[in-house]
Amino acid sequence: MTTTALAEPVPMRAAPGPEGSRLPRALLFAAVLLALLSLVRVITGADDITSSGTVGASLRLAVPIGLAALGGLWAERSGVVNIGLEGMMILGTWTGAWAGYQWGPWAGVVAGIIGGALGGLLHAVATVTFGVDHIVSGVAINILGLGLTQFLAGLLFDTGAAKALGGGPRQSPPVDAIRTVSLPVLSGGEIFGWRSPDALGWLERRHWLLASDLAGLLRGLTAGMSLLTLLAVALVPITFFVLWRTRFGLRVRSCGESPYAAESLGVSVYRMKYAAVIISGGCAGLAGAFLVTVASPLYQDGQTGGRGYIGLAAMIFGNWRPGGLAAGAMLFGYSDAMNLRSGGESVHALLLFVAILLAGIAVWQWLRARRLAAHPRAADGVVDRRGVRGAYLAGAVAITVAALLLIWYWRSDTVPGELVSFTPHLTTLLVLSLASQRLRMPAADGLIYRRGEER
Amino acid sequence: MSDGVPGWVAILRGLGPRRIVLRVGAPFIALVIALVITMIVLRAAGVDPFNAMSSMIDYGTTSSSTVEILNRATGYYLSAVAVAIGFRMALFNIGVDGQYRMAAMLSAVLGGAVALPAPFGQILVIVAAMLIGGAWAAIAGVLKVTRGVSEVISTIMLNAIATGLIAYLLNPARLAEVRPGSNNVATTPIPESGRVPGFELAGGTVFGLIVLAVAVGIAFYVVINRTRFGYDLRISGLSPTAARASGVDSRRMVVTTMALSGAAAGLVGMPELLGASYQYSLNFPAGLGFTGIAIALLGRNNPFGIGLAALLFSFLDQSSDVLQLNDVPKEIVLVMQGTVVLTVVIVYELVRRFEIRLQQRAVAADLAAGRTIAQQEPTGGTA
Amino acid sequence: MPNDEAAPAVRLTSITKRFPGVVANRDVNITVRRGEVHALCGENGAGKSTLMKILYGMQRPDEGTIEVDGAEVTFHTPADAIARGIGMVHQHFKLADNLTVLENVVLGAEKLHGIGAAAGRRIKEIAAQYGFDIEPDRLVEELGVGDRQWVEILKVLYRGAKILILDEPTAVLVPQEVEELFGNLRDLKAEGLTVLFISHKLDEVLSVADRITVIRRGETVATVAAAEVTSRRLAELMVGSELPTPETRESTVTSDEQFSVAGLTVLSPEGRAIVDDVSFAIHRGEIVGIAGVEGNGQGDLIEAIMGMRPVTAGTVRFDGADITNWSTRRRREAGIAYIPEDRQRYGLVLDRPLWENRMLGHQTRPPNVHGPWIDRRGARADTTRIVKEYDVRTPGIDVLAAALSGGNQQKLIVGREMTGDPRLLIAAHPTRGIDVGAQAAIWEHLRTARAAGLAVLLVSADLEELIGMSDTLHVILRGRLVATVDVNTVTPEELGSAMTGAGPDGAAGPDGTAAGGPGGGGEA
Repeated sequence: MTTTALAEPVPMRAAPGPEGSRLPRALLFAAVLLALLSLVRVITGADDITSSGTVGASLRLAVPIGLAALGGLWAERSGVVNIGLEGMMILGTWTGAWAGYQWGPWAGVVAGIIGGALGGLLHAVATVTFGVDHIVSGVAINILGLGLTQFLAGLLFDTGAAKALGGGPRQSPPVDAIRTVSLPVLSGGEIFGWRSPDALGWLERRHWLLASDLAGLLRGLTAGMSLLTLLAVALVPITFFVLWRTRFGLRVRSCGESPYAAESLGVSVYRMKYAAVIISGGCAGLAGAFLVTVASPLYQDGQTGGRGYIGLAAMIFGNWRPGGLAAGAMLFGYSDAMNLRSGGESVHALLLFVAILLAGIAVWQWLRARRLAAHPRAADGVVDRRGVRGAYLAGAVAITVAALLLIWYWRSDTVPGELVSFTPHLTTLLVLSLASQRLRMPAADGLIYRRGEER
Repeated sequence: MSDGVPGWVAILRGLGPRRIVLRVGAPFIALVIALVITMIVLRAAGVDPFNAMSSMIDYGTTSSSTVEILNRATGYYLSAVAVAIGFRMALFNIGVDGQYRMAAMLSAVLGGAVALPAPFGQILVIVAAMLIGGAWAAIAGVLKVTRGVSEVISTIMLNAIATGLIAYLLNPARLAEVRPGSNNVATTPIPESGRVPGFELAGGTVFGLIVLAVAVGIAFYVVINRTRFGYDLRISGLSPTAARASGVDSRRMVVTTMALSGAAAGLVGMPELLGASYQYSLNFPAGLGFTGIAIALLGRNNPFGIGLAALLFSFLDQSSDVLQLNDVPKEIVLVMQGTVVLTVVIVYELVRRFEIRLQQRAVAADLAAGRTIAQQEPTGGTA
Repeated sequence: MPNDEAAPAVRLTSITKRFPGVVANRDVNITVRRGEVHALCGENGAGKSTLMKILYGMQRPDEGTIEVDGAEVTFHTPADAIARGIGMVHQHFKLADNLTVLENVVLGAEKLHGIGAAAGRRIKEIAAQYGFDIEPDRLVEELGVGDRQWVEILKVLYRGAKILILDEPTAVLVPQEVEELFGNLRDLKAEGLTVLFISHKLDEVLSVADRITVIRRGETVATVAAAEVTSRRLAELMVGSELPTPETRESTVTSDEQFSVAGLTVLSPEGRAIVDDVSFAIHRGEIVGIAGVEGNGQGDLIEAIMGMRPVTAGTVRFDGADITNWSTRRRREAGIAYIPEDRQRYGLVLDRPLWENRMLGHQTRPPNVHGPWIDRRGARADTTRIVKEYDVRTPGIDVLAAALSGGNQQKLIVGREMTGDPRLLIAAHPTRGIDVGAQAAIWEHLRTARAAGLAVLLVSADLEELIGMSDTLHVILRGRLVATVDVNTVTPEELGSAMTGAGPDGAAGPDGTAAGGPGGGGEA
């Protein structure tokens, strides 16, 4: 079989220029969404949808997804599709917990990174050295990662001292948590043992339109932050800097865009790909370590819950860019938080939110169709009939789904927990269906590169 | 000259002895490597690997194990065929797992609700399962061709959604009932007349639908190798660009192939449902879809190879039970299976490249020696 | 260190390079003097590119030695060659479209001036030195062909190369751009650079080179001074015998219209018209050529005609029927044959045997199938027939398509497409990159089929082929047909002018009417 790329975007010009130029638009967009959420909260009374607790949980849940997405970014920017992130993350949870319960959480973090990086190394050996289809190799690593950790857990956590500490065939002994910090004065952090006021918390509890939502958002991002969360968040700009502003990053990206061009300029493509895929595995491993040191205090079988795959989806959603994937990870983290926290009611309120959003999209598509129909293209004076039809169709689908959601919203009080459980996955699917065609992946992503064998 | 003999003879001749050895030898090499790695892991875990292996073989070849292995392999085989159908077109159906569970659950409900005389009830359930599996998989196909969403991601997401939906539906308030005396929740059992009896073998019962698995394998072989549709499917997998230029409608092909793959996936749960459990419950076997991927890769997407691979995996699963008694976690089998997949794909890739180089050299040598068709009978076909 | 003035810039001694089944270079000896423009000349497949890849460290020779500035060197990677002051501009541009000009240039040489503003300044400096204007922060995908080549040359100059290898640099350029390039090469030579120039076009070689080395079937034949050799003599050295020319003898054009397109428009995903209001007709027994600089919509036009790409506006008629909305398969079944531009990706399935490749594009018709079933016997017998009739050099029909040489692959494709009584043949670059013998054979097949009434659409970058083969020749520019030229009087230079839109002067053959109408003429 030939290599399958992870998205088949229609070739389209991505807006050139640095990340920065897109920031104002992104901020405006975020502000509009927050306002809408706030409105929905006031209407429905589901205060949890913008509470600091939800936001904090979103961030905690977004971190492993975001780290996996960063892992995906590193690999795919070098031209290697890494569906094995899930397996590398699993390896990270096991090695992280194994080192963590013995020598403390930070040792676990380091061990998690190493565990994931070993998985990355294996992927690199298979895909780069032996030229195996990237997805096949990734799937094999997922199978292997799962099997190996289950075997090792049975072998090492279910015996002797580990067992005495609470380990078992499906879980490790507990790992100490990593220290958390809160911002003083605003979010009630401590200064030299003095507990400062929690201004944002006070504001949030007033449940005012917008003000309380904003307070909830900020407090969620500044209160009870694990140090590892801070580190993970910092990795986003760090990755951007390394990939786009350093010589190493340029070389990695050139391998993903045109490995034979890179080769002809003396870049060692194999070495770059190896480095990038190992870093990729390291990120996934760190995500795994995060799960055992921050998200929960131990290794459990099945703990990753497909976050590696969702991370990959977040990266695609983010158009293979660090800022975008961070936004994608937050989105998935938020839908995951909905699932974990008061679940049913919040998701029920979000039905209204999504319905309004879809209605807005429907209006926008309808206007677009009218504009396309009224104005022939300047280039040749032809009306783009297909475009018009497509816009009307998209508008019709959006309004129908919006209506169905509204009916669901009115006819029920809550969404059953089983359905809430796949909110992140459904979100992934919907977001990708809406966004995939606007994306641009690295030109040589997923292609097998053999040194000196350009056709 | 090659016109007088049957096609397969000519093809074997064309392959030449060296390539036949490569074809058959590659999986063996991969298996041996995987075996050695596993033994090293066992050794490192403080177990005598030879002892462990021999006890596995002893236990795996008992007659009760044989029945169990055959039954397990039936599901594995169907699952791997479902994956292989996609693979032959370079489509990655990771969603076989969700597809077969959706299909088994909903068709179990149907089978429990409708009582039809002997062959019709079974046919109804089986056809329904194929349709449900096919429809669930087709979602990924449609998303791929209309929205450009990779089937790899979408089928993974659809697996999670299927899990949630099944949990939602498998609820006493909806399509299921609580079994008295246990906390198991299950669908209404399929009536006696709707079940498929098994064969008695060595004191156990082999699934009757093992026959279905064999039929699916034969159909897969014939369709892929002997029909126009199969040709279109294969070339779409090998070179999507050439397929498109030759007139294959790639969009329709993607949806059709996904639907067929899903239909085959729909069958995965049938031997168990109609031959043993007669209901879909919380402990219906799950995860067969992922094993299917590994088996399809090991079996080279070839119906016969998949059969051997399914038996092998089933044997490993079954015989690993004995390891637990020797204080070895039985998950060592998962390690071995993962290693097999990885070594297999690497060895196959190396062999594939070696084969092409071998042929290029052979062709050049033949041409240098003047052994060409054109020169043998220069006036042959023009009359 | 051994840098005495007398040492040649490059000396290749007894270089031999073997690939599975072929010897690409056998005992090649070349000496390139410092500060000269040295041409390496030979027909397609003679082993020129392999030799240059060896000199640039992309391949290792099996035997022989390389000396640079008098010192023997061993190159493991291009980096080694670059360190020795060798730079190479490849035939197929090695540029990353989604990176900026600056990123493309500094890649691999980041140590010189970093990857930031300093590097940008240096690039502008070099560009200015050669009177060239370039914006370092633009994405390469926004650049035209000529500019891209400049980026390639910039890459080499940025590294301070002393020896510049140019592999078929004119293949993608029109004559005017070629002149410009040659001007630049002379400038470079004046700056003291050594230029190694690879080409199979005799006039170019004679006009720019100081000395010429001819290579044939992987062996060096002779090195001659350009001033002392005629093109006739050079041609004989290259081919060893008479050169084939593509010339159709007498007109076989009938008045039956076989095929026509009217107002055909194809949009890119961004909504730009890449094929723009194209109209033309092909009669039975006629070869219609389309000339144009690569990337002006030829490929998209062909894909639209084959039904592989949605048409936004316009109609396609075949045999009197409107086939605009037909599928690719239906068009093929109706008698449209197709020789694709990229034979390895679009014309063949490399991993399958020849007889299965014979079915490609014909998998719905006898003798390949029998209803829904594959007719193995029929397909195999017919493959054997094609192999014989079209002289495909192969030991059997069960070998993989990948095992054949390019020329034999192409002969198989031509034979396949000529089978089944096609009435229209769409041929894209049918003789690109194949050896002279196969080229002549393919031309001959086209001529025979034309005489039998086949209508042919010929798209090619080889202007001689176009002029020699076509009955009618249209020029495509930015997706529009901008001129129709008289093949009896037009010269390659005039055609080149029309292809770049340099003005009406070039295309002014006796009946050089602009098909685009008055609107299309306003480009200049």
